[in-house]
Amino acid sequence: MKAVCGPVWFIYNVQFGSFVNLVFCALFGQIKTVTLIPGDGIGPEISTAVMKIFEAAKAPIQWEERNVTAIKGPGGRWMIPPEAKESMDKNKIGLKGPLKTPIAAGHPSMNLLLRKTFDLYANVRPCVSIEGYKTPYTDVDLVTIRENTEGEYSGIEHLIVDGVVQSIKLITGEASRRIAEYAFEYARNNQRASVTAVHKANIMRMSDGLFLRKCREVAENYKDVKFTEMYLDTVCLNMVQDPSQFDVLVMPNLYGDILSDLCAGLIGGLGVTPSGNIGANGVAIFESVHGTAPDIAGKDLANPTALLLSAVMMLRHMGLHGYANKIETACFDTIREKKVLTKDLGGNSKCSEFTADICRRVQDMD
Amino acid sequence: MMATLTKAFKPILGRQLGNTAKVFGAAVNSQRGKPTYPPPAKYGGRHTVTLIPGDGIGPELLNHVRELFRFSCVPVDFEVVHVNSASTSEDDINNAIMAIRRNGVALKGNVETNHTMPPNHKSRNNLLRTSLDLYANMMHCQSLPGVQTRHKNIDIIIIRENTEGEYSNLEHESVSGVVESLKIITRNNSLRIADYAFRLARDKGRRRVTAVHKANIMKLGDGLFLQCCKEVASGYPDIEFDSMIVDNTTMQLVSKPHQFDVMVMPNLYGNVVSNVCAGLVGGPGLVPGANYGRDYAVFETATRNTGKSIANRNIANPTAMLLASCLMLDHLKLHDYANMIRGAILTTMNETRLHTVDIGGQGTTSEVVQSIMRIIQSGGPLTTEI
Repeated sequence: MKAVCGPVWFIYNVQFGSFVNLVFCALFGQIKTVTLIPGDGIGPEISTAVMKIFEAAKAPIQWEERNVTAIKGPGGRWMIPPEAKESMDKNKIGLKGPLKTPIAAGHPSMNLLLRKTFDLYANVRPCVSIEGYKTPYTDVDLVTIRENTEGEYSGIEHLIVDGVVQSIKLITGEASRRIAEYAFEYARNNQRASVTAVHKANIMRMSDGLFLRKCREVAENYKDVKFTEMYLDTVCLNMVQDPSQFDVLVMPNLYGDILSDLCAGLIGGLGVTPSGNIGANGVAIFESVHGTAPDIAGKDLANPTALLLSAVMMLRHMGLHGYANKIETACFDTIREKKVLTKDLGGNSKCSEFTADICRRVQDMD
Repeated sequence: MMATLTKAFKPILGRQLGNTAKVFGAAVNSQRGKPTYPPPAKYGGRHTVTLIPGDGIGPELLNHVRELFRFSCVPVDFEVVHVNSASTSEDDINNAIMAIRRNGVALKGNVETNHTMPPNHKSRNNLLRTSLDLYANMMHCQSLPGVQTRHKNIDIIIIRENTEGEYSNLEHESVSGVVESLKIITRNNSLRIADYAFRLARDKGRRRVTAVHKANIMKLGDGLFLQCCKEVASGYPDIEFDSMIVDNTTMQLVSKPHQFDVMVMPNLYGNVVSNVCAGLVGGPGLVPGANYGRDYAVFETATRNTGKSIANRNIANPTAMLLASCLMLDHLKLHDYANMIRGAILTTMNETRLHTVDIGGQGTTSEVVQSIMRIIQSGGPLTTEI
């Protein structure tokens, strides 16, 4: 058994019955270990909620909890703790709660550090309208895939003369090709019909032009997926009038940032939006993108939906579609019934009640 | 005047600003109260306005504008300048720019940019804006009662810096496969646009100005923009000032748009936010836009769409272009004509409810224009025959 082999992991909140189940899975090699980063604020309670729901669904997942607060490594460079890095490199899949970015801590944003450490080049956000959580937009079903490493966020800025600043937007052929390939692979693996490249090549001819050229080249190898190009402003205009016309969108960093938040706003905000970051070498970290909500931390009021849907995305990424569908359906059913909703969804139940309801539904489905 | 202004501002803005106060003072000095423009060309009581038809739906909509003006006996003559978007030489656009310098005012359709052309072939619209230094793009998004939208009663003014930022056209490929595009933010232009925004807010009795930025990531660039906005805000204590990050802004716009009043932002965010707002009030066919510089003004539709797919099919919505022509008439101080035409357009939209396809109706462009002309005729003033 793995318990005797490594001192590094431990099982959380497991009862005897499911322990045996896990043992069986471990013996038959089906159980997968996932690095869990609970995060700060409401992070720990929503992580616990997700673990409870996974346990109720009997998903073959084992959690390895790690802390990623930055430490100063040799040479004075900030880095994530070696145990965390080692765990991620071994497991390849991670689930992350919200991380607080302290203002005067001296170290850069933790999200940025994670991105650089694991070369997380693609940020994927599927936005699907949630039945039961009413917004003015009811027919949203799209995915935004954003290049996460370069573009306008390279951080290269100069003060040329007093009063004149230049920011450099960096586009490389290699990064563009990589993100385009990921987008088409995703479309193919998830039965999506079309991929749209979003750009502003009429104004930024060379940079977005290069991005577009690479997308077109990659599209040649994926003839089963339809490829279109659309200007950023046209996408924004059409998105708020009729979001149902969009399927998979691929774009450079800044446009992706704006559009992915716009789409999150269409379905109800960051509290219900899942997100995944895909890196090189098969690493993938799924996360909730909302804040740490320190004002409700520890009060059992948090909404675990975003982290839960990200965990469902993780299951799909690992190929465990059965469990993914089960948990997602249970979650959506709970929201649709409107009996035990947390405060941000319009109800006044506790997080534990919401979680318990989903667990009950999952168990009833078996 | 400038000396007294600089002296007046020094205690408010602080000694260390020095240079800023002079620049700011100069900017304010050249445009105290209402912006002063050199009088537009006016002979025999008639104004001459440059007309650039552009591509797509531009020519047909501008023909309707001319028809409507002729019908309503508006004292405006149009000098038509064609710009061929397919030609690689810049003579056409330079002629257009010269014509606008001559007349001071222009009404234009969008000139298409073929983005597969090499980088030295710049966007014609962009060239026009930067050569004439039309630094402020103003767009007033208002929900129209007759149009079905998901959000009601939106009233947002968007002011977008129109000449620099990401649209500086400065790109280079240092190594094959590695391209850098420069986004330029300058203190002068940021102060200028912020001042324009606050003055407009004050003139129109608006209470809050929100600056949209991404200064958490682009600390120097958007940081400078935000700092300039704060400096200008301190000179307008009666107007509330706050700021918001652009991704949060788009999220808030689609869920709670009523929290916004006047918004000011650099070029690219302006492009995104103005398109989102246009979508919220009903689409690209409804909102007019204006580009103001110190000496020139150019009017067009707010979202600058070419509309190639609906060109010459008589289905385009003429509202945006007609309202833009009303903005132009206001600029020329022909307020009576502007109000008459605007009233007729809004009556057609809200009471008669004659809508084109893009807002869910079945009317054609000519039917809408005819309806507007009938309303003007029944309104009383002398008109030509329909």
